[in-house]
Amino acid sequence: MHARSEVSAEQATNWPEEIFSILQRFEVRQVPYVPDAGHSQLIERVLASSTMRGIPLTTEEEGVALMLGAWAGGQRGVLLMQSSGVGNRINMLSLTQIFRFPFLTLVTMRGEWGEFNPWQVPMGSTTQGVLELSGIRVLRATLASEVRDVVEAAASQAYNALTPTAVLLSQRLIGTKVFTK
Amino acid sequence: MSKANLLDRRQVVSSLLADRKDAVVVGGLGASTYDIAAAGDHDRNLYLWGAMGGAVMMGLGLALAQPKLPVVVITGDGEMLMGMGSLATVGLQKPGNLSIIVLDNESYGETGGQVSHTGAAADLVGVARACGIADSRTLETLAEIKAFAPRLQDVSTGPRFANVKIDKANLDRVLSNRDGGFILNRLRSALGYRPI
Repeated sequence: MHARSEVSAEQATNWPEEIFSILQRFEVRQVPYVPDAGHSQLIERVLASSTMRGIPLTTEEEGVALMLGAWAGGQRGVLLMQSSGVGNRINMLSLTQIFRFPFLTLVTMRGEWGEFNPWQVPMGSTTQGVLELSGIRVLRATLASEVRDVVEAAASQAYNALTPTAVLLSQRLIGTKVFTK
Repeated sequence: MSKANLLDRRQVVSSLLADRKDAVVVGGLGASTYDIAAAGDHDRNLYLWGAMGGAVMMGLGLALAQPKLPVVVITGDGEMLMGMGSLATVGLQKPGNLSIIVLDNESYGETGGQVSHTGAAADLVGVARACGIADSRTLETLAEIKAFAPRLQDVSTGPRFANVKIDKANLDRVLSNRDGGFILNRLRSALGYRPI
Protein backbone atom coordinates (compact mmCIF):
# COMPACT_ATOMS: atom_id res chain seq x y z
CA MET A 1 0.00 0.00 0.00
CA HIS A 2 2.80 2.32 0.92
CA ALA A 3 4.57 1.54 -2.33
CA ARG A 4 1.46 2.14 -4.40
CA SER A 5 0.81 5.62 -3.03
CA GLU A 6 4.44 6.60 -3.59
CA VAL A 7 4.14 5.46 -7.18
CA SER A 8 1.20 7.71 -7.89
CA ALA A 9 3.06 10.69 -6.44
CA GLU A 10 5.99 9.91 -8.76
CA GLN A 11 3.71 9.63 -11.73
CA ALA A 12 2.38 13.11 -11.08
CA THR A 13 5.58 14.62 -12.54
CA ASN A 14 5.49 14.60 -16.29
CA TRP A 15 8.86 12.97 -16.84
CA PRO A 16 8.05 11.47 -20.28
CA GLU A 17 7.52 15.03 -21.52
CA GLU A 18 10.88 16.02 -20.05
CA ILE A 19 12.55 13.16 -21.90
CA PHE A 20 10.87 14.23 -25.13
CA SER A 21 12.20 17.77 -24.72
CA ILE A 22 15.73 16.50 -24.18
CA LEU A 23 15.54 14.32 -27.29
CA GLN A 24 14.30 17.31 -29.26
CA ARG A 25 17.14 19.46 -28.01
CA PHE A 26 19.72 16.85 -29.03
CA GLU A 27 18.14 16.70 -32.50
CA VAL A 28 17.29 13.02 -32.30
CA ARG A 29 15.65 11.96 -35.57
CA GLN A 30 15.09 8.19 -35.48
CA VAL A 31 13.35 6.59 -32.52
CA PRO A 32 13.20 2.80 -32.84
CA TYR A 33 11.15 1.08 -30.17
CA VAL A 34 9.61 -2.11 -28.94
CA PRO A 35 6.46 -0.93 -27.20
CA ASP A 36 6.28 -0.82 -23.44
CA ALA A 37 3.58 0.57 -21.21
CA GLY A 38 6.19 2.62 -19.36
CA HIS A 39 7.15 4.33 -22.62
CA SER A 40 3.63 4.76 -23.99
CA GLN A 41 3.38 8.53 -23.45
CA LEU A 42 6.82 9.18 -24.92
CA ILE A 43 6.05 6.95 -27.92
CA GLU A 44 2.84 8.89 -28.57
CA ARG A 45 4.76 12.15 -28.50
CA VAL A 46 7.37 10.79 -30.90
CA LEU A 47 4.78 9.46 -33.34
CA ALA A 48 3.07 12.87 -33.36
CA SER A 49 6.36 14.75 -33.83
CA SER A 50 7.30 16.35 -37.14
CA THR A 51 11.05 16.03 -36.55
CA MET A 52 11.30 12.52 -35.10
CA ARG A 53 10.37 9.26 -36.74
CA GLY A 54 9.05 6.51 -34.48
CA ILE A 55 10.05 3.11 -35.85
CA PRO A 56 8.36 0.03 -34.37
CA LEU A 57 10.64 -3.03 -34.28
CA THR A 58 9.97 -6.73 -34.15
CA THR A 59 12.89 -7.24 -31.76
CA GLU A 60 15.27 -4.93 -29.93
CA GLU A 61 18.42 -5.95 -31.79
CA GLU A 62 16.94 -4.37 -34.91
CA GLY A 63 17.14 -1.02 -33.16
CA VAL A 64 20.88 -1.18 -32.52
CA ALA A 65 21.58 -1.92 -36.19
CA LEU A 66 19.13 0.78 -37.29
CA MET A 67 20.87 3.41 -35.15
CA LEU A 68 24.25 2.54 -36.67
CA GLY A 69 22.75 3.03 -40.13
CA ALA A 70 21.11 6.27 -39.06
CA TRP A 71 24.41 7.67 -37.78
CA ALA A 72 26.23 6.55 -40.93
CA GLY A 73 23.63 8.67 -42.73
CA GLY A 74 24.03 11.64 -40.39
CA GLN A 75 21.16 11.18 -37.93
CA ARG A 76 20.99 10.49 -34.22
CA GLY A 77 18.71 7.86 -32.75
CA VAL A 78 17.50 6.61 -29.39
CA LEU A 79 16.23 3.10 -28.66
CA LEU A 80 13.20 2.74 -26.38
CA MET A 81 12.53 -0.64 -24.85
CA GLN A 82 11.75 -2.73 -21.78
CA SER A 83 14.31 -4.59 -19.67
CA SER A 84 13.22 -7.99 -21.01
CA GLY A 85 14.50 -6.92 -24.42
CA VAL A 86 18.05 -6.26 -23.27
CA GLY A 87 18.91 -9.92 -23.64
CA ASN A 88 17.57 -9.94 -27.19
CA ARG A 89 20.17 -7.49 -28.42
CA ILE A 90 23.42 -8.61 -26.77
CA ASN A 91 25.38 -9.59 -29.88
CA MET A 92 24.18 -6.52 -31.78
CA LEU A 93 25.55 -4.31 -29.00
CA SER A 94 29.00 -5.22 -30.30
CA LEU A 95 28.33 -2.57 -32.96
CA THR A 96 28.77 0.12 -30.31
CA GLN A 97 32.37 -1.00 -29.73
CA ILE A 98 33.22 -1.74 -33.35
CA PHE A 99 31.90 1.52 -34.78
CA ARG A 100 32.00 3.91 -31.80
CA PHE A 101 28.77 5.63 -32.75
CA PRO A 102 26.45 7.61 -30.48
CA PHE A 103 24.25 5.03 -28.77
CA LEU A 104 21.56 5.94 -26.25
CA THR A 105 18.86 3.61 -25.01
CA LEU A 106 16.12 4.24 -22.47
CA VAL A 107 15.06 1.05 -20.74
CA THR A 108 11.94 0.75 -18.62
CA MET A 109 12.48 -1.76 -15.85
CA ARG A 110 10.41 -4.79 -14.98
CA GLY A 111 11.13 -7.56 -12.53
CA GLU A 112 11.77 -5.29 -9.53
CA TRP A 113 9.87 -3.12 -7.04
CA GLY A 114 6.81 -5.23 -6.30
CA GLU A 115 6.75 -7.23 -9.55
CA PHE A 116 3.73 -9.56 -9.90
CA ASN A 117 4.97 -11.59 -12.87
CA PRO A 118 7.82 -14.00 -12.05
CA TRP A 119 8.73 -14.30 -15.74
CA GLN A 120 9.99 -10.71 -15.68
CA VAL A 121 12.39 -11.28 -12.81
CA PRO A 122 15.31 -13.23 -14.37
CA MET A 123 16.00 -10.71 -17.15
CA GLY A 124 15.06 -7.72 -15.02
CA SER A 125 17.55 -8.69 -12.35
CA THR A 126 20.41 -9.13 -14.83
CA THR A 127 19.66 -6.14 -17.06
CA GLN A 128 22.29 -3.82 -15.62
CA GLY A 129 24.98 -6.50 -15.53
CA VAL A 130 24.29 -7.59 -19.11
CA LEU A 131 24.55 -4.03 -20.35
CA GLU A 132 27.76 -3.34 -18.46
CA LEU A 133 29.36 -6.58 -19.66
CA SER A 134 28.44 -5.48 -23.19
CA GLY A 135 30.34 -2.23 -22.81
CA ILE A 136 27.38 0.06 -22.14
CA ARG A 137 27.49 2.66 -19.35
CA VAL A 138 24.43 2.44 -17.15
CA LEU A 139 22.65 5.29 -15.37
CA ARG A 140 19.47 4.85 -13.38
CA ALA A 141 16.51 7.08 -12.58
CA THR A 142 14.48 5.89 -9.61
CA LEU A 143 12.40 8.98 -8.88
CA ALA A 144 10.52 11.26 -11.25
CA SER A 145 12.39 14.26 -9.94
CA GLU A 146 15.72 12.90 -11.20
CA VAL A 147 14.67 11.75 -14.67
CA ARG A 148 15.51 15.01 -16.41
CA ASP A 149 19.03 15.28 -15.03
CA VAL A 150 19.84 11.63 -15.61
CA VAL A 151 18.55 11.54 -19.19
CA GLU A 152 20.27 14.84 -19.93
CA ALA A 153 23.60 13.48 -18.66
CA ALA A 154 23.14 10.25 -20.59
CA ALA A 155 22.31 12.06 -23.83
CA SER A 156 25.29 14.36 -23.38
CA GLN A 157 27.82 11.57 -22.94
CA ALA A 158 26.26 9.40 -25.65
CA TYR A 159 26.02 12.09 -28.33
CA ASN A 160 28.95 14.31 -27.37
CA ALA A 161 31.48 11.75 -26.16
CA LEU A 162 30.40 8.66 -28.18
CA THR A 163 29.98 6.80 -24.89
CA PRO A 164 27.30 4.15 -25.35
CA THR A 165 24.83 4.69 -22.53
CA ALA A 166 21.67 3.13 -21.15
CA VAL A 167 19.26 4.79 -18.74
CA LEU A 168 17.26 2.39 -16.61
CA LEU A 169 13.90 3.89 -15.71
CA SER A 170 12.98 2.06 -12.55
CA GLN A 171 9.75 0.18 -12.01
CA ARG A 172 9.20 2.33 -8.96
CA LEU A 173 9.13 5.32 -11.29
CA ILE A 174 6.89 3.88 -14.01
CA GLY A 175 4.57 2.13 -11.58
CA THR A 176 4.19 -1.55 -10.85
CA LYS A 177 1.94 -3.22 -13.41
CA VAL A 178 -1.37 -4.24 -11.84
CA PHE A 179 -2.66 -7.63 -13.03
CA THR A 180 -5.51 -8.09 -10.56
CA LYS A 181 -7.73 -5.47 -9.01
CA MET B 1 21.71 -31.83 -56.18
CA SER B 2 23.39 -29.31 -58.44
CA LYS B 3 20.87 -27.24 -60.31
CA ALA B 4 21.35 -25.88 -63.79
CA ASN B 5 21.88 -22.19 -64.43
CA LEU B 6 22.78 -21.13 -60.92
CA LEU B 7 24.60 -17.83 -61.00
CA ASP B 8 28.13 -16.94 -60.00
CA ARG B 9 27.92 -14.63 -56.97
CA ARG B 10 30.83 -12.41 -57.96
CA GLN B 11 29.35 -11.86 -61.41
CA VAL B 12 25.99 -11.03 -59.87
CA VAL B 13 27.41 -8.44 -57.47
CA SER B 14 29.78 -6.84 -59.97
CA SER B 15 26.91 -6.54 -62.46
CA LEU B 16 24.64 -4.96 -59.84
CA LEU B 17 27.32 -2.46 -58.78
CA ALA B 18 28.93 -1.75 -62.16
CA ASP B 19 27.15 1.61 -62.46
CA ARG B 20 26.38 2.26 -58.79
CA LYS B 21 26.84 6.05 -58.94
CA ASP B 22 26.19 7.54 -55.47
CA ALA B 23 24.66 4.41 -53.96
CA VAL B 24 25.60 3.34 -50.44
CA VAL B 25 26.11 -0.42 -50.21
CA VAL B 26 25.76 -2.48 -47.03
CA GLY B 27 27.23 -5.98 -47.11
CA GLY B 28 26.11 -8.76 -44.81
CA LEU B 29 28.83 -10.66 -42.97
CA GLY B 30 30.68 -13.44 -44.74
CA ALA B 31 30.84 -14.01 -48.45
CA SER B 32 28.57 -11.08 -49.36
CA THR B 33 31.10 -8.67 -47.92
CA TYR B 34 33.88 -10.40 -49.91
CA ASP B 35 31.78 -10.13 -53.09
CA ILE B 36 31.30 -6.40 -52.59
CA ALA B 37 35.02 -5.94 -51.91
CA ALA B 38 35.78 -7.96 -55.06
CA ALA B 39 33.61 -5.60 -57.08
CA GLY B 40 35.88 -2.77 -55.93
CA ASP B 41 36.52 -1.03 -52.62
CA HIS B 42 34.48 2.15 -52.27
CA ASP B 43 34.05 4.97 -49.76
CA ARG B 44 30.33 4.24 -49.64
CA ASN B 45 30.65 0.58 -48.70
CA LEU B 46 29.60 -0.48 -45.20
CA TYR B 47 31.21 -3.88 -44.71
CA LEU B 48 30.07 -6.19 -41.93
CA TRP B 49 32.19 -8.89 -40.36
CA GLY B 50 29.68 -9.71 -37.64
CA ALA B 51 26.34 -8.50 -36.27
CA MET B 52 24.58 -11.31 -38.12
CA GLY B 53 20.99 -10.42 -38.90
CA GLY B 54 21.59 -6.67 -38.83
CA ALA B 55 22.36 -5.78 -42.45
CA VAL B 56 18.82 -4.87 -43.53
CA MET B 57 18.28 -2.69 -40.45
CA MET B 58 21.50 -0.79 -41.09
CA GLY B 59 20.28 -0.22 -44.61
CA LEU B 60 16.95 1.00 -43.27
CA GLY B 61 18.57 3.49 -40.88
CA LEU B 62 20.69 4.81 -43.73
CA ALA B 63 17.78 4.95 -46.17
CA LEU B 64 15.61 6.92 -43.75
CA ALA B 65 18.45 9.34 -42.99
CA GLN B 66 19.34 9.86 -46.66
CA PRO B 67 16.08 9.55 -48.61
CA LYS B 68 17.58 10.86 -51.86
CA LEU B 69 20.42 8.33 -51.93
CA PRO B 70 20.05 4.80 -53.22
CA VAL B 71 20.82 2.35 -50.42
CA VAL B 72 21.53 -1.26 -51.39
CA VAL B 73 21.82 -4.14 -48.92
CA ILE B 74 23.53 -7.22 -50.30
CA THR B 75 23.49 -10.21 -47.99
CA GLY B 76 23.21 -13.98 -47.86
CA ASP B 77 20.31 -16.31 -47.12
CA GLY B 78 21.61 -17.23 -43.66
CA GLU B 79 22.06 -13.61 -42.61
CA MET B 80 18.63 -12.73 -44.00
CA LEU B 81 16.97 -15.61 -42.18
CA MET B 82 18.40 -14.37 -38.88
CA GLY B 83 17.00 -10.90 -39.47
CA MET B 84 13.71 -11.90 -41.07
CA GLY B 85 11.71 -9.67 -38.73
CA SER B 86 13.49 -6.67 -40.20
CA LEU B 87 11.59 -7.26 -43.46
CA ALA B 88 8.40 -6.54 -41.52
CA THR B 89 9.98 -3.38 -40.13
CA VAL B 90 10.99 -2.28 -43.65
CA GLY B 91 7.49 -3.14 -44.91
CA LEU B 92 6.09 -0.74 -42.34
CA GLN B 93 8.47 2.16 -43.10
CA LYS B 94 8.53 1.65 -46.86
CA PRO B 95 11.60 3.72 -47.75
CA GLY B 96 11.53 4.32 -51.52
CA ASN B 97 15.31 4.28 -51.76
CA LEU B 98 16.07 0.90 -50.16
CA SER B 99 16.87 -2.23 -52.14
CA ILE B 100 17.60 -5.61 -50.56
CA ILE B 101 19.44 -8.29 -52.54
CA VAL B 102 19.82 -11.79 -51.12
CA LEU B 103 22.51 -14.04 -52.58
CA ASP B 104 20.88 -17.38 -51.89
CA ASN B 105 23.07 -20.47 -52.09
CA GLU B 106 20.79 -22.38 -49.72
CA SER B 107 23.67 -22.96 -47.36
CA TYR B 108 25.96 -21.52 -44.70
CA GLY B 109 29.06 -21.30 -46.86
CA GLU B 110 31.33 -19.63 -44.32
CA THR B 111 30.89 -22.39 -41.74
CA GLY B 112 31.19 -25.51 -43.85
CA GLY B 113 28.26 -25.45 -46.23
CA GLN B 114 25.52 -26.64 -43.89
CA VAL B 115 22.14 -26.56 -45.60
CA SER B 116 19.94 -23.54 -44.85
CA HIS B 117 16.18 -23.26 -44.61
CA THR B 118 15.89 -21.81 -48.13
CA GLY B 119 17.07 -25.14 -49.52
CA ALA B 120 13.85 -26.73 -48.34
CA ALA B 121 10.71 -24.71 -47.73
CA ALA B 122 11.60 -21.16 -46.75
CA ASP B 123 10.70 -18.71 -49.52
CA LEU B 124 12.28 -15.33 -48.80
CA VAL B 125 10.52 -13.62 -51.71
CA GLY B 126 7.22 -14.77 -50.27
CA VAL B 127 8.24 -13.55 -46.82
CA ALA B 128 9.27 -10.13 -48.14
CA ARG B 129 6.06 -9.72 -50.10
CA ALA B 130 3.94 -10.83 -47.17
CA CYS B 131 5.75 -8.25 -45.01
CA GLY B 132 4.56 -5.46 -47.29
CA ILE B 133 7.46 -5.18 -49.73
CA ALA B 134 5.33 -5.31 -52.87
CA ASP B 135 8.27 -5.23 -55.30
CA SER B 136 9.70 -8.62 -54.35
CA ARG B 137 11.05 -10.92 -57.01
CA THR B 138 13.38 -13.73 -57.94
CA LEU B 139 16.21 -13.01 -60.36
CA GLU B 140 17.38 -16.08 -62.25
CA THR B 141 19.63 -15.03 -65.10
CA LEU B 142 22.49 -12.61 -65.57
CA ALA B 143 20.39 -10.80 -68.15
CA GLU B 144 17.71 -10.25 -65.49
CA ILE B 145 20.37 -9.00 -63.08
CA LYS B 146 21.66 -6.50 -65.61
CA ALA B 147 18.15 -5.33 -66.43
CA PHE B 148 17.42 -4.94 -62.71
CA ALA B 149 20.59 -3.00 -61.79
CA PRO B 150 19.38 0.44 -62.97
CA ARG B 151 16.32 0.10 -60.72
CA LEU B 152 18.63 0.36 -57.71
CA GLN B 153 19.01 4.05 -58.61
CA ASP B 154 15.28 4.70 -58.39
CA VAL B 155 14.73 6.24 -54.94
CA SER B 156 10.96 6.62 -55.21
CA THR B 157 9.59 3.17 -55.99
CA GLY B 158 11.16 1.02 -53.28
CA PRO B 159 11.52 -0.73 -51.06
CA ARG B 160 12.38 -3.61 -53.31
CA PHE B 161 13.60 -7.12 -52.58
CA ALA B 162 15.32 -9.55 -54.92
CA ASN B 163 16.39 -13.10 -54.22
CA VAL B 164 19.12 -14.48 -56.46
CA LYS B 165 19.84 -18.20 -56.52
CA ILE B 166 23.59 -18.60 -56.76
CA ASP B 167 25.85 -21.63 -56.91
CA LYS B 168 27.51 -23.02 -53.81
CA ALA B 169 31.08 -22.44 -54.94
CA ASN B 170 33.32 -21.31 -52.08
CA LEU B 171 35.43 -18.66 -53.76
CA ASP B 172 38.69 -17.23 -52.52
CA ARG B 173 38.03 -14.57 -49.95
CA VAL B 174 38.55 -10.97 -51.01
CA LEU B 175 39.08 -9.28 -47.68
CA SER B 176 37.55 -5.85 -47.19
CA ASN B 177 38.62 -3.40 -44.51
CA ARG B 178 37.43 -4.62 -41.13
CA ASP B 179 38.19 -1.63 -38.89
CA GLY B 180 34.74 -0.31 -38.03
CA GLY B 181 35.92 3.19 -37.13
CA PHE B 182 37.63 3.56 -40.50
CA ILE B 183 34.71 2.14 -42.49
CA LEU B 184 32.12 4.29 -40.72
CA ASN B 185 34.03 7.56 -40.82
CA ARG B 186 35.05 7.07 -44.42
CA LEU B 187 31.39 6.59 -45.34
CA ARG B 188 30.24 9.55 -43.25
CA SER B 189 32.93 11.70 -44.76
CA ALA B 190 31.81 10.71 -48.28
CA LEU B 191 28.31 11.88 -47.32
CA GLY B 192 29.65 15.20 -46.05
CA TYR B 193 29.80 14.57 -42.29
CA ARG B 194 32.83 15.38 -40.18
CA PRO B 195 34.04 13.34 -37.22
CA ILE B 196 32.78 14.72 -33.92
